[in-house]
Amino acid sequence: MLKLIQDTLISQVVTLWTVFRHLFVKTDTVEYPDEQPYMFPRWRGRIILSRDPDGEERCVACNLCAVACPVDCIALQKAEKDDGRWYPEFFRINFSRCIMCGFCEEACPTHAIQLTPDFEMAEYKRQDMVWEKQDLLIDGTGKYHDYNFYRVAGMSIKDKDKGEALNEAKPIDVRSLMP
Amino acid sequence: MTLEIGSALTIGLILGTVIGVAAMLIWVERRLLGFWQDRLGPNRVGPFGLFQVVADMIKIFTKEDWTPPFADKFSFVLAPAIIMTVILLSFAVVPFAPNLGIVDSNIGVLFVLAMASLGAYSVMLGGLSSDNKYALLGSLRAAAQMVSYEVFMGISLLGVVALSGSFNLREIVLAQEDMWYVLPQFVGFVIFLIAGVAESHRLPFDIPEAEQEICAGYHTEYSGMKFGMFFVGEYLGLVLISSLITVLFFGGWYGPAFLPPVFWFAIKAFAFIAFFILLRAAIPRPRYDQLMSYGWLFLLPLSLINLLVTGAIILNSQ
Ligand code: SF4
Ligand code: SF4
Repeated sequence: MLKLIQDTLISQVVTLWTVFRHLFVKTDTVEYPDEQPYMFPRWRGRIILSRDPDGEERCVACNLCAVACPVDCIALQKAEKDDGRWYPEFFRINFSRCIMCGFCEEACPTHAIQLTPDFEMAEYKRQDMVWEKQDLLIDGTGKYHDYNFYRVAGMSIKDKDKGEALNEAKPIDVRSLMP
Repeated sequence: MTLEIGSALTIGLILGTVIGVAAMLIWVERRLLGFWQDRLGPNRVGPFGLFQVVADMIKIFTKEDWTPPFADKFSFVLAPAIIMTVILLSFAVVPFAPNLGIVDSNIGVLFVLAMASLGAYSVMLGGLSSDNKYALLGSLRAAAQMVSYEVFMGISLLGVVALSGSFNLREIVLAQEDMWYVLPQFVGFVIFLIAGVAESHRLPFDIPEAEQEICAGYHTEYSGMKFGMFFVGEYLGLVLISSLITVLFFGGWYGPAFLPPVFWFAIKAFAFIAFFILLRAAIPRPRYDQLMSYGWLFLLPLSLINLLVTGAIILNSQ
């Protein structure tokens, strides 16, 4: 009998009281857009293309990001400068398909493509969700301030191959790294 | 025209206030539920979101009012009208203040109970005429629930009637000048409260319309203003039950003299409305068979015992 009262009556009253007390608990709601939520620095949001510390664009048009992308929303075309360096002639991301997974960022060997904490990307027209290179390219280095791909990987110029200059290590044969 | 019982001004005032309050409850309920769930609730339209009601009204009036081709037209249209009508009619006998009321009826309690029984037709007809399996299930549940909870809703009131010696709601209030009936009739109060929740099919006893089980139950096929009438009818029922509890057990308009009587009535009634909303926020819905056996095996005997004991005490003290 006591158990019955405990289960039916007391527990209901306790429930009611517990819920009632929440009238005086601060609400969890963040009143966006009046109030901006804190966005974590590693939040995966709007994608940018960054430049290296010398101000050159980092992307070498290797297409790794486009291959890694699970929804195939990156399109780019390789072009070549006079010194043989590759760069993207156009670089297009269709944000209406992008799922902000960050695979492109992980695939990129040059840290060119990066995801940022910005998520406010709503548009009225679907076509406006397709961003071109001039929309994506920023002037800064993004999350990696000192990284310059060519300083690390070396570069072959006229009469000199990779790793042949003074103080330069020979490039590693990546195939020898196989387990 | 003066404010006296039954004058046209009083009737208009009460009708307007009651419907206005029922409409405002849309906002009140959502905000209170929000706070109890650590949210804010609607606060965008107007100050504190007060105009949310207006927005909801505009929405519901401009929605397509669709009658399904397979429905039985006549009763389909009739059903939502019934619930509004009977509940508004019930307010006729509620005494809001010493000089505020519509009729001073000798059979007030019986009238309210009769209207509540008629209200069952609304949900039954609504579900039956929709010709939809969810609606049918909902109306079956509604019929069973309302019929069985009406029984001890009535019986739980008999203690109050016996104590005050009158079926007139106004005299019941007058009889509580010294002591509210919630003290001598506490069991009756609890039973009436539970039966009231079941009668107005509010959560946790919203089994006829249990969204998670049977869509929206008896009003699955309703849209536009017909749905709106069921919706407002539910809130009107909430106001009615709260007013009745105030009148029958909490001394109606009585209270310390620094506020006019009608304010005391409003405060008490609102406290119960808030309590009903709290019930919704806190307590999960029982199973259908649990509801029925709880009613017949527990509440009915309890209300009978309550009536017996009350009767014995009254007889003994004479
Ligand atoms: S975040 Fe994912 S979906 Fe978006 S572009 Fe990069 S790889 Fe594709
Ligand atoms: S963004 Fe990175 S991964 Fe994509 S093409 Fe350019 S360098 Fe390659």
